[in-house]
Amino acid sequence: MEMDWLLLAEVSLAGLGTGGLYALTALAFVIIYKATRVVNLAIGEILMLGAYAFFGLAAGWALPWWVAALGALAVAGVFGAVVERTIIRPMLGESPISVFMVTVGLGSMLVGVVELIWTADPHRLPEFMPNTPILIGDAFLAPKIGYGFMVAAAVIAVFVLLFRFWRGGVALRATASDQAAAYSVGINVPGVFSLAWIVACMVAAGAGILVGSIGGISSTMGVFGLSVLVVVIVGGLDSVPGALVAGLLVGLVEALAGAYLGGEFKLLATFSLLVAVLMVHPYGLFGTREIERL
Amino acid sequence: MRIATAKETYAADEALFDTAVQRVWFAILLAALALFPFLADQYWLFLAGLAAINVISVTGLNILTGYTGLVSLGQAAFMGVGAYTVAVMEARLGTPVLLNLLGGGLVAAGVGMVFGLPSLRVKGLYLAIATIAASFILHFVFANWTSVTRGVSGINVPPAAFFGMALDTPFKLYWLIMPITVLLLLGAANLFRTRVGRAFIAVRDRDISAEVLGIPLLRTKLTSFALASFYAGVAGGLWAYFFRVVTPESFPLLLSIFLLAAIIVGGMGTILGGILGAVFMTLVPEFLKLLVGFVTPVWPDAAVHLSPVRTVVFGAMIVGFLIFEPQGLAEMWRRTRRFFHLWPFKT
Amino acid sequence: MGADAAPATPVLEVENLSLSFGGIRALNGVSFAVQPGSITSVIGPNGAGKTSLFNSISGFYKSTGTVRVDGKPIDHLHPPERAKLGLARSFQNIALFRGMTVLDNIKLGRHAHMKTGLLDALFYFGRARREEVELRREVEERIIDFLEIDHIRKAPVASLPYGLQKRVELARALAMRPRLLMLDEPVAGMNREETEDMARFILDVREEWGVPVLMVEHDMGMVMDISDHVVVLNFGQMIAQGTPREVQANPEVAAAYLGTGDVADLRRRVAAETRLPETREVA
Repeated sequence: MEMDWLLLAEVSLAGLGTGGLYALTALAFVIIYKATRVVNLAIGEILMLGAYAFFGLAAGWALPWWVAALGALAVAGVFGAVVERTIIRPMLGESPISVFMVTVGLGSMLVGVVELIWTADPHRLPEFMPNTPILIGDAFLAPKIGYGFMVAAAVIAVFVLLFRFWRGGVALRATASDQAAAYSVGINVPGVFSLAWIVACMVAAGAGILVGSIGGISSTMGVFGLSVLVVVIVGGLDSVPGALVAGLLVGLVEALAGAYLGGEFKLLATFSLLVAVLMVHPYGLFGTREIERL
Repeated sequence: MRIATAKETYAADEALFDTAVQRVWFAILLAALALFPFLADQYWLFLAGLAAINVISVTGLNILTGYTGLVSLGQAAFMGVGAYTVAVMEARLGTPVLLNLLGGGLVAAGVGMVFGLPSLRVKGLYLAIATIAASFILHFVFANWTSVTRGVSGINVPPAAFFGMALDTPFKLYWLIMPITVLLLLGAANLFRTRVGRAFIAVRDRDISAEVLGIPLLRTKLTSFALASFYAGVAGGLWAYFFRVVTPESFPLLLSIFLLAAIIVGGMGTILGGILGAVFMTLVPEFLKLLVGFVTPVWPDAAVHLSPVRTVVFGAMIVGFLIFEPQGLAEMWRRTRRFFHLWPFKT
Repeated sequence: MGADAAPATPVLEVENLSLSFGGIRALNGVSFAVQPGSITSVIGPNGAGKTSLFNSISGFYKSTGTVRVDGKPIDHLHPPERAKLGLARSFQNIALFRGMTVLDNIKLGRHAHMKTGLLDALFYFGRARREEVELRREVEERIIDFLEIDHIRKAPVASLPYGLQKRVELARALAMRPRLLMLDEPVAGMNREETEDMARFILDVREEWGVPVLMVEHDMGMVMDISDHVVVLNFGQMIAQGTPREVQANPEVAAAYLGTGDVADLRRRVAAETRLPETREVA
């Protein structure tokens, strides 16, 4: 059999494009995990919430797309603040199992609410990205995936810079590495918790708008979160570089498996990758190993 | 009010039901379970069967997650392994019911142990997510190993036959499902009177110290995985006889989440909690259906919204119990009991 | 019996034990022995490597050198197998299992010596029942009565005051069929009365059970009172060993304690003198 290099290139590009969105959503996940040690299984549903808020504002209220996008981010930010204050904070100090089950419950509530308001039927988001095809060499890349990737990359770059240099980002990193110490040097730790949830929910909502504009929205689009879960485990729950590298890797593996083996192999491939990485690197590729004490 | 009871031997103090009152209550409960099918209609018999199957699976998961501290989101997939094993044995081999159920349990236990292997290296939430992998990998096997599972069309299961009688109604199946449920529950309760159960709890509370005190971690964890999966496999086998068709979509990840939610709502790490949680979570959707019937005259669209409302309520119950009653229904039950034990001296 | 008694095989021999974490040497060529029937104490300033030494003997840390129990090397054995040999221990930060009653915590100590399998356990018939009842009798008659904890046997351990928790840990170690009892700071944080009780229990264990004791302890009064042999560690190295009198007279030991200006240790000793009887919850 002759190798079709062009096909391989196009599949890989599409995979990396999707991978960019995985990386963006994974970033939202990692922000919450780093600051609050909460494994947020509702990240896919928060992404869905963002997409639907955009849909409601752009299609329902007929706002210009960029106003709708800002509005959706604001909705997600408020949502993050409320959830952190009312659901997550009372769970501080509870077992990690309980805390992560709380987010599972939260995800379920979000799906139900979205179905109550917009029904379970799929919808299309208004077009707002240019649809001139992108050619890289001879390889064709679907414009939406291409532009989605670029937006994701830009947002990620901004966040990496914020982490490094902005006061809030530094406070967040300090809280992540030692809560008690952060507290004692005067960092407002509860404030950091709120900030992390607000920012992460906004990032996830932004990813939701991009994902929704590529493939449409439905109340089941939260399954996107499953692939993101694979990404953060493979990359390491508390690692930003891990989220980025693993996001691209998972996107690539999924696309290759889908194209060469068949659509039903996508999840099998990513979850096999997950098991393989865990057996070799129990804390992911870049995660911090927890030191065990007697 | 309860009066103190004196015991004369250590064996009496180690008994499962350690007071005469408890033994009487247990006898009354068994009698009620035996009388139930003669008083209930088809609908309630169906619900009882479904609830009992869920009780078995939830109790298995409770052994693993509630008692051993290993979170699993693969329990539904292990039910699937049991269901497929029973379906294949029944439809292809025609072996006896009890043997099929045992087979379903054992095969599921074997598969569960394989997926429990990462627990050697991976802990806590990493493990929880690794078990999601079990869900998807097994789903893939169910859907694609067509020579055995018949792929997406699934397997039709003939009714269970017991001494020549086809168990094809909820009434007849009740007599298969309920005794097995009671036996498996007694087994689980017994477990925690012995070294095996103590080792599970020790691993949950402080795994490293447990190791230094003489408890081999890997073996204990794998035993717990095997046992939880055995319970799942038997539950799945009964499920196959109950619904008479097994497809890859029968055991989704959502079912695993449902089972985990049941132990949270019921109370983690107590046998009673598993029972209460499973029954409660099985009945809530039915209760909502009832409610929709009531409000339809004033809100004609109610039926349309039943499914999303159910989804919201499901999530809200998990969140609500975790925040307001983290010990679950079992703790509410204990409080009620204590109230009556002390009454009328302290209220 | 002292260290210079009959040349019997030592219960525990530690030979040239070294342990590193990354670049830090936590233990450096430590060698000593515990004679049958003796009480041996390991002392030293904070961070001297005492608990690391215990964890290495238990097999939790992978160290180099040789550890022998009754003359046989155990370096290839995993922690549970070492526990089964009778290396029974308590922990500095109290490692009781909070989800279990006092009775179950104690019974857990016997785990490695019991044979009940999964099937026996599910049916609670035959062996499971026999073993459990036998164990219960022994725990009640030999351990619970002995340590005077019969009033709390059914209490959840999390609800107990600190001193009692330490006693339950000792009970659990006794249930392990100890060949050597390893106690990590058995009286840390106790008031004087509780300390005296614990010292009496340790002496009684030695008398009635004939089990030698190896302990890490900061309370110098107790160490000098009840030990036959004292081993002094500082910065992972053994700087002295001998009878309490010999060790006390050793100038290097005094320097290790005073010269390093171990403020924490001083403060603790002052606190031990002034502490009121109290209970305290342990995280």
